[in-house]
Amino acid sequence: MAATMPPGTPSAAPARMARPGLESVRVRGWLAAHKWLLLRRIVQLSILALFLAGPWFGVWLVKGNLTSSLTLGVLPLTDPYALLQSLAAGHWPYKTALIGAAIVLAFYLLAGGRVFCGWVCPVNLVTDAAAWSRRRLGLKTGKTPAEATRRWLLGATLVASALSGGIAWEWVNPVSFFHRSLFFGWGLGWLALAAVFAYDLTASRGWCGHLCPMGAFYSLLGKTALVRVTAPARSRCNDCMDCFAVCPEPQVIRPALKGSGSPVILASDCTTCGRCVDVCAQDVFRLSHRFDQRSMS
Amino acid sequence: MADRPDIPATPDLPRAPRRADGTAAPAGAGGPASGARRRFINGVAGAAGGACLMALGVGLYSRQARALPAQALRPPGALAEADFLAACVRCGLCVRDCPYDTLKLAPLGDANGVGASGTPYFTARQVPCEMCEDIPCVKACPTGALDHGLTDINQARMGLAALVDHESCLNFLGLRCDVCYRVCPVIDQAITLEKMHNPRSDRHAMLLPTVHSDHCTGCGKCEKSCVLPEAAIKVMPVALAKGKLPSHYRKGWEEKEKAGGSLIGDQVQLPARGVDAPPVSPAPAGDLPAAPSHPVVPSAPPGLGGER
Repeated sequence: MAATMPPGTPSAAPARMARPGLESVRVRGWLAAHKWLLLRRIVQLSILALFLAGPWFGVWLVKGNLTSSLTLGVLPLTDPYALLQSLAAGHWPYKTALIGAAIVLAFYLLAGGRVFCGWVCPVNLVTDAAAWSRRRLGLKTGKTPAEATRRWLLGATLVASALSGGIAWEWVNPVSFFHRSLFFGWGLGWLALAAVFAYDLTASRGWCGHLCPMGAFYSLLGKTALVRVTAPARSRCNDCMDCFAVCPEPQVIRPALKGSGSPVILASDCTTCGRCVDVCAQDVFRLSHRFDQRSMS
Repeated sequence: MADRPDIPATPDLPRAPRRADGTAAPAGAGGPASGARRRFINGVAGAAGGACLMALGVGLYSRQARALPAQALRPPGALAEADFLAACVRCGLCVRDCPYDTLKLAPLGDANGVGASGTPYFTARQVPCEMCEDIPCVKACPTGALDHGLTDINQARMGLAALVDHESCLNFLGLRCDVCYRVCPVIDQAITLEKMHNPRSDRHAMLLPTVHSDHCTGCGKCEKSCVLPEAAIKVMPVALAKGKLPSHYRKGWEEKEKAGGSLIGDQVQLPARGVDAPPVSPAPAGDLPAAPSHPVVPSAPPGLGGER
């Protein structure tokens, strides 16, 4: 693999990196090469639309925001990470919030924790836009903090909650800022999003991949995920590297694609965004389940 | 990762195989093991240190920002401010269920200066609390930041009204405005009109709006309806509006009532200077002049929750 590393001539490599997936579009058509991306955008925007239908059109299907919501007046959903900080701060929440958090926990334990990041989190729209811009503009990545920073930050926010007696991360969480700003009034909330965008322009996948403790939390729920990306046709891989270029967590692909074991991407950091499925001209990947051990040879 | 900033666009691509090569081949001077260990320790220290710094920043920021400005009132049933900030997840469900659009979630950089961005509050002068009997905002709270134990809205203590400006309050000027008194949902309990002699005209009464903290819910209707361009009566968080007597203070008249008589025997009555009333020459022994018969200076009305 190392020998075939830079595909094409050195001068062609940057062009290719600027637009990964072009080959897939050529081979499979634009729609097939954007299937999961489109689906994901539809889901992300639908969730925003559900929340916005109330304040904008008076159709109250869902009230609240991502941190805690009530759907159709019966279904409570609460962000378990925010609730965990609340617990650390010394507050034992009411049953409604606990049930809401339990439902969310159960869902992501089955679907895969970071499905939240790829399919639900509104900041994904911002960081995806930054990643796209960075590729198109050919910006070099600046210094990114270690990938483990987010997990340390996860622990540190819990400690900070306990010490300050408040829900620490909610003071800065751009995810909550996004929702609250959109549903309850902007204020300077857009500054938080602009900061994330600017940061991700300079640091490749800096926010979601290295800093966000919310992502780190949901990653902890990813060990039992049923929905997983798998690489059954990995023998067809021609090392074009497009999947690595679009993947928000490129380190998760290698063991499945290049290893000799299971073709299923089991790493809990995988957001199951399905972008690798889209951009692969060789049709190597599939969105499947974790027990799908099929491997074409 | 941070040590190779020269890699174009996606740094993660060429790195993986090179890292594999690097660890396999003997790495120059220090030897492979110590190099890997150093890199590992550096990485962990960097990540941990960076995370701690960020968390520290967040903590300090939250410390600095958590103060609630004087004009921001919490919804009914809100826990004490410190507990509230531990419990409120800032979901806005209370805001959604407020039928009068009284409650707001403070946006970042809120114009009212609510530092606790995203937490619910209301401003009495803009939209006061209508004191719904079923208290929908409290019921909507999923976490208990608003205490579901509050079932009687009259027991709510969102803030405390205080007639802060005696110089411009029309009643203090001897007029009969009374608006704050009339709009009070707990009229004659939370706000009473205390009749005083008007020393300026010397022949009129002043009816001074007086707030009683044991009944005031802090709904803000008095402040909202104050007819002045800037309200003379303002509702503030209780911690700001309420004074506190030292715990060892005993009110003599209360002790006397409790004991059923003076605790220290009969007192000599000295004539009070400056009182124009006819001399009360043979005062009945042990009977103090009743408090309200004194000419009261306008700047010292009956205090909050004090005697009426």
